[in-house]
Amino acid sequence: MSKEQEHGMTVIVKTVTRLTVGLIFLYGIYIILHGHLTPGGGFAGGVIIALSFINLDLAFGGSVSSKIFSKGSTGLVEALGAVMFLALALIGLQYGGFFVNFLHPDGEPGQLLSAGIIPLENIAISLKVGAGLFGIFLTLIVLQKFESEKK
Amino acid sequence: MIELYVLLGLMIAGAIIAIEVKNLLSAVVAVGIVGLGLSIIFILLKAPDVALTQIVVEIAALILLIRATIHRDIAEKSCGSRPFGAIMGILFLGLAVIAAFVTFNGGLNPFGEPLMTVSRFYPLDAVSGTGATNVVASVILDYRAYDTLGEATVLFTAVIGVLTVMRRLGKKKEEDLQDSK
Repeated sequence: MSKEQEHGMTVIVKTVTRLTVGLIFLYGIYIILHGHLTPGGGFAGGVIIALSFINLDLAFGGSVSSKIFSKGSTGLVEALGAVMFLALALIGLQYGGFFVNFLHPDGEPGQLLSAGIIPLENIAISLKVGAGLFGIFLTLIVLQKFESEKK
Repeated sequence: MIELYVLLGLMIAGAIIAIEVKNLLSAVVAVGIVGLGLSIIFILLKAPDVALTQIVVEIAALILLIRATIHRDIAEKSCGSRPFGAIMGILFLGLAVIAAFVTFNGGLNPFGEPLMTVSRFYPLDAVSGTGATNVVASVILDYRAYDTLGEATVLFTAVIGVLTVMRRLGKKKEEDLQDSK
């Protein structure tokens, strides 16, 4: 088990992962940014981005994706997403109430830059969900490594 | 509508197999049948937003379950028959069926006529009111954004709980304790 975690899976899995993981990441960004136009949104897109990091982690062993996105920074990004969502809600107080869509008149419906603060809220939720899920995954892996060392 | 019932039967079969099977990996795969079948049902019921979220979360949950459970020695705990639990389960299920029969005896509201009058206003006014062509996004992030804030708080609490319970610091202390014995 420890050998598999250090070196990852076979060459076939590594090659396929190298080809597809960027596309998965881009698809997650597309789902987030088009959340106000097509089905999807911040939650699903954030989970897809977390899955692309998990894919790297499973294929290449434990240390590859945590070099890109370490466990400490997952907590930071998650807190950043939560604060961003709450800040968007609180800025609305200046314009008349909690969660007021203060950017709404800009942009036409159907365009990418439209719907006021809804895309921004999608981005905040995706940061929160993606970083949180990947943090949970890394935590479970670390615990498992520790237990296998103990044996 | 027949495919809906086929999928429902498949999901029930998967759930029963997941409980009854002895091998842990087989149980996790059988749980996957339930989630993936549910996502196909969401597509058939024309709810692509929920279907996308369901399939993505299901895959992540399967990976986490396999990674966290399969290669770990879990003490087998034989659980005997619990007649009290079974009796109470049947009792509450019967009560729920009776209550549902009494409540919905006049028939459910037809599709598109919600119970709350405020819900009628959302699909008619969403595009001009918020500018989002995805009405689901306009509801969860504009009209009912307060609900989404609560949901985000629940997720935040869950992540913090996992990170706290499974941190490395506490584990090391425990090992030191065992060494000193």
